[in-house]
Amino acid sequence: MTNQKDFPAGPGFNRRTFIGAAAGTAVAPIVAKAAGASGGPAATSDPSLPVDVSLDINSATRSLRIDARTTLLDALREHTGLTGSKKGCDHGQCGACTVLINGRRVLSCLTLAVVAQGQRIVTIEGLAEDGELHPMQQAFVDQDAFQCGYCTPGQIMSGIACVREGHAGSDDAIREYMSGNICRCAAYPNIVAAVRQAARAMSDEQKG
Amino acid sequence: MRPFVYQRASDAPSAIQNLATATAANNVLTEASAQPLAGGTTLIDLMKLDVMRPKAVVDINPLAASWSNVSLDDDNLRLGALARMSDVAANPEIQQHYPVIADTLKLAASPQLRNMASLGGNVLQRTRCSYFRDVSYHNCNKRNPGSGCAALEGFNRSHAVLGTSEQCIATYPGDFAQALMALDATVEITGRSGVRKIRFSDLHKRPGESPQAETTLSPGELISAFLIPGPWPRSVYLKVRDRQSYEFALASAAVALDLQDEVMRDARIALGGVAAVPWRAREAEAILKGQKFDDALIDRAADAAFADARPHRHNVFKVALGKRVISRALHQAATMEI
Repeated sequence: MTNQKDFPAGPGFNRRTFIGAAAGTAVAPIVAKAAGASGGPAATSDPSLPVDVSLDINSATRSLRIDARTTLLDALREHTGLTGSKKGCDHGQCGACTVLINGRRVLSCLTLAVVAQGQRIVTIEGLAEDGELHPMQQAFVDQDAFQCGYCTPGQIMSGIACVREGHAGSDDAIREYMSGNICRCAAYPNIVAAVRQAARAMSDEQKG
Repeated sequence: MRPFVYQRASDAPSAIQNLATATAANNVLTEASAQPLAGGTTLIDLMKLDVMRPKAVVDINPLAASWSNVSLDDDNLRLGALARMSDVAANPEIQQHYPVIADTLKLAASPQLRNMASLGGNVLQRTRCSYFRDVSYHNCNKRNPGSGCAALEGFNRSHAVLGTSEQCIATYPGDFAQALMALDATVEITGRSGVRKIRFSDLHKRPGESPQAETTLSPGELISAFLIPGPWPRSVYLKVRDRQSYEFALASAAVALDLQDEVMRDARIALGGVAAVPWRAREAEAILKGQKFDDALIDRAADAAFADARPHRHNVFKVALGKRVISRALHQAATMEI
C-alpha cells in the first residue's frame, strides 16, 4: 500500500501526497477482497484473480497484488503513488510514460508490471539525489524547456538515456533520438537546448 | 483490456507447449487464444484496443538468454529473434557489413520502442490500417472474416497498392522485413517437432481470400532466429514518410548492390509502405541484373516494380513516389563509399 516515505519530503500537506494516499486507501479493499476470495496466494490459472508482483522502483522494493493486466505505468501511478510518469496516449505513441528499466528507456504504458519484475526501474522521482536535481532536470529548468509540463517527466527520462546512449552529439541527433517524446506545447527548441546543456554537464560529471 | 492468464515461460519447450495447447486449431495471429509476449509493443497496444483478445499471454522474455545472440561469420549473419531492435541497430559489424539492416532498424519507431521490440515480434507486427485498429468498424476481413473491407471505400491514403486483394488493402508496416526480403534471409522456427527453416519470403501470406491468415506459422511455433547470407556492404534503406522521424513509411526501399566497374552483378530491391506483405521487386531486379548502372535503365526498373500496382482513391500518389524511392535508393547504394 501507499508508503509515505516514497513521496518527496516537503513541508506539510501537498496535493500529490493527498492524491497518492487517497488512491492507496481506495484500492486496498478491492484488492483485499479479490485476494480473500481466492483463499490464498494469487493463482495463475484464473484471470480474474490478482497476481503478486514485486517491483524494484527507484532502489526500493514494492510488493503489489494487482490484476495481471496492470501496466507498469498504472502500477506506478495507481498502486505506488508515483504519479510523475504521465499517461498521455497510453498506446506507446507519445513518450510521456518513459521510464528506465535496467538503464534503458522504455514505455511503461506498453510494459506489463508483471513482466517488469526483477528489473531495476527508475522513474522521474528517482533522479534527484540529496535534494539536488539531476543535471537533466536542472537543464530543463535553466532552458525553460516546457510550458504545461505534462510531457516533461518523459522528456527528462528520455533525455538522460539519449545522452548515455551517445546520441546527443549534435542538435540533429538530439532531435532524431528524442522523436519518441511528443510535446504538444511545441517546446522543442528549448528541449534540444536542455539536452545539449545536460549532455555537457553529465560528461563533466563523469570526468570529474 | 480483457482478462488473460499470464504465464512466464521458463524455456522454449514450455513456451511452445503453452502456446500450442491454448491455440488449438485457431488461426495463429488473429484468433489464437494464447499469444507470445516479447517486447509487447504490438500486442499490448492491440489488446488495449480490443483488437487482440488472447485468453493467455505467454511471456517468452526469459528465452532471451539463448535467443538474443548476434553472430557474424564469413558469409552468414545470425540474429536471435529476441534481440532488441536498438541493440542490433547499434552493432558496428552490422552497420559495416549489412548497413541496410542497421538502417531499417534505426529508422523504425522511436528509441523507446526499439529498446523494447524484439526482431521476431517486429516482423510479425500487425498492420496500421485504421479500420483494422478500430473495432467500431465491423467490416474488416482481417478481424471478422467475410465482413468486408472498410478501407476500400474509406480513407485509404496509407494503404497498399501491391499484393492486395478485393478483401484487404492493408499495408504491411515494417521496415526490417524489407531488409530480410532483399537479402534472401531464412527464418528459423522452433515448434513442437523441433526446428524448421523457411525462406523469409514464405513467412507472410498475401491477403487473397483470407486476409485473417497473415503468416505460415503454425500454432505454438515461435521464430527463434534469422539467418542472412552476405555480407552486403553496398546496401541502403530509404524511407519516405510524412514526418522526418518516428513515422511509418509511405514508401521505402531496401536496396543491395553488387557493383563492379559500374556493372550491377546483383541487384536486390524490397519495398515497404506500398505492399500488403514484405515485398520483393523481382521484375525490377531482373531488368538491372548484369547491366551497367544507367538512369534510363533504373527508370525502367522502377516502372516494372509498379506495373501491377492497383491504387485506390487516396493512395494513387504511392505509385509515383515508390518509383522515385527506388531510383533514389539505387543511386545512394551505387555512390556510397564502402
